[in-house]
Amino acid sequence: MRTAALIKRIFQQMLRDKRTLALLFVAPLLVLTLMNLVFNGKTVDSTIGVENVSPAMITQFKAADIKVETFNQTSSTKNTMEKHDLDAFLKIENGRPELTLLNTDPTAAKSLQMKIKQMLSTQKAAAKDPIQTHYIYGSKDTGFFDVVSPILIGFFVFFFVFLISGVGLLKERTTGTLERLMATPIKRGEIVLAYLIGFGAFAVIQTIIVVFYAINVLDVVLVGSIWNVLLVNLLLALVALSLGILLSSFAASEFQMVQFIPVVVIPQVFFSGIFPIEGMADWLQALTKIMPLYYAADALKGVMYKGFAFSDIMGDILVLMIFAAVFIILNLFALKKYRKL
Amino acid sequence: MKETISIQNVSKRFGQKMVLQDINFRVEEGKINGFIGPSGAGKTTLVKMIVGMDVPSSGSIHVLDHTMPNLNILEEIGYMAQSDALYTELTGMENLKFFASLYKLNKAERHERIQYAAGLVNLTEDLTKKVGAYSGGMKRRLSLAIALIQDPKILLLDEPTVGIDPELRFSIWNELERMKNEERKTIIVTTHVMDEAERCDYIAMIRDGALIAWGTPKELKERYHASSFDEVFLNAGRENQ
Ligand SMILES: Nc1ncnc2c1ncn2[C@@H]1O[C@H](COP(=O)(O)OP(=O)(O)O)[C@@H](O)[C@H]1O
Ligand SMILES: [Mg+2]
Repeated sequence: MRTAALIKRIFQQMLRDKRTLALLFVAPLLVLTLMNLVFNGKTVDSTIGVENVSPAMITQFKAADIKVETFNQTSSTKNTMEKHDLDAFLKIENGRPELTLLNTDPTAAKSLQMKIKQMLSTQKAAAKDPIQTHYIYGSKDTGFFDVVSPILIGFFVFFFVFLISGVGLLKERTTGTLERLMATPIKRGEIVLAYLIGFGAFAVIQTIIVVFYAINVLDVVLVGSIWNVLLVNLLLALVALSLGILLSSFAASEFQMVQFIPVVVIPQVFFSGIFPIEGMADWLQALTKIMPLYYAADALKGVMYKGFAFSDIMGDILVLMIFAAVFIILNLFALKKYRKL
Repeated sequence: MKETISIQNVSKRFGQKMVLQDINFRVEEGKINGFIGPSGAGKTTLVKMIVGMDVPSSGSIHVLDHTMPNLNILEEIGYMAQSDALYTELTGMENLKFFASLYKLNKAERHERIQYAAGLVNLTEDLTKKVGAYSGGMKRRLSLAIALIQDPKILLLDEPTVGIDPELRFSIWNELERMKNEERKTIIVTTHVMDEAERCDYIAMIRDGALIAWGTPKELKERYHASSFDEVFLNAGRENQ
């Protein structure tokens, strides 16, 4: 009954706070869309200058969307490249290919180099068919965004729920209303429960919007079941929610709450699998084990990209549930600051 | 005479700092008790311990024969904090409804209590406004209305009349007296305004965490040969040094 009253009040406050609502529901979509555009942007067509290259090869370049300009007897490769705005220059001297790359954008240069190398080798083998490539996960159309988007979805759910629940309870602390509540017969457990349900409802809506938007509008790959994606994200939201309200007891102002972001939220991104974890030092790898986002990202990547079933992600789900339970219990203790009973 | 609150050998320290020292005090039913003293004396700390929001470092506090803190007893305590703790995004009405729903009241009682409490503090007209748009005095009055919402046997009011104009202050004191007489409520009021002391039945003077004098206003004036409470306070303080 008292819990219901508290939930109702949280709803009233939230629905009146249009900016926070926008932050919760619109901001993640905006950032995801932006990320999608950035990562899936078309590579700009490269231009290559050639000298002494066979017509068959030139046809191959053109087929691979590479613009070709033919030169004869160039003296300075560098000057020619700069004059003609070339990304690469391929010269075959005495049957030996010599490739010069502009390399202003190393990533683009690398991929161009790969393409050219591949063509040169197929030329040598005089094979008509290009190399057959098989993909265990994804396909030749898989972009970076497809791989990281499960992690990004998890991250945004975590980040926004953490921030909004943390600031929400913090406001209750700084205005003195939390202390005032303690002069009523409400139990500490009722307060924690009301906050979990009240903010949880908004977190659920946010999670559903973000997941559906990513899958239906941004066309992120989803091999496994959407229900598993939702389940993992909802659990992650619960962890973020309980951690947010817990940490708000160690912050004296909204600004101090924001200071937790570089300490608590950002490091999780590094350990969530966007950057390869295997390459890290052992002690750093051990650190990933205490990051909720690591488990959520693992499960989400599993379901969305690799098509894992529920039984495959059970371990991750269990760990997330333990995180949430621990934070919730700690919350009950943190409230003792306001009333010993 | 029924005793409703008893404070026994209560001391309170925050860290190394002694804030209250060995307070002994009994409060009878149907009386207005004033805790009077300069700011920083420890009045708020004492009131919070009676509510059970904090616990004494030593000694004990009983309210209605139960050791505090006690959740069930909170049903019988109306508390008005020194600084207004209100939900500013909500209207006055929503604030009252929210606090009312934390107590054991049925729907009809809740409605009736809200009307009564809002009327008492002259806020009926302003209940649909958001509290963020209230003046300081209006917020104070809403806090008082919330303290009365569940019709508690005991009222603990921490500086209830600060920022309230003299006319309304007068009518609030009249209402406190009416509640004491007709409903036999036990009322504790803290104040540093000496003229409010005259309207209390019983006074406890607190200074630097110690109870330096107590008695009826008349007794205190006679004991310290004073004509006003400012004088009582000065003389009592001098005597204690
Ligand atoms: N939570 C606290 N931690 C440390 N000191 C406190 C705390 N609460 C109150 N005090 C100190 O206790 C003393 C009494 O404060 P208070 O009870 O608010 O006085 P009053 O209500 O009479 O003005 C003050 O010196 C104040 O600084
Ligand atoms: Mg005070």
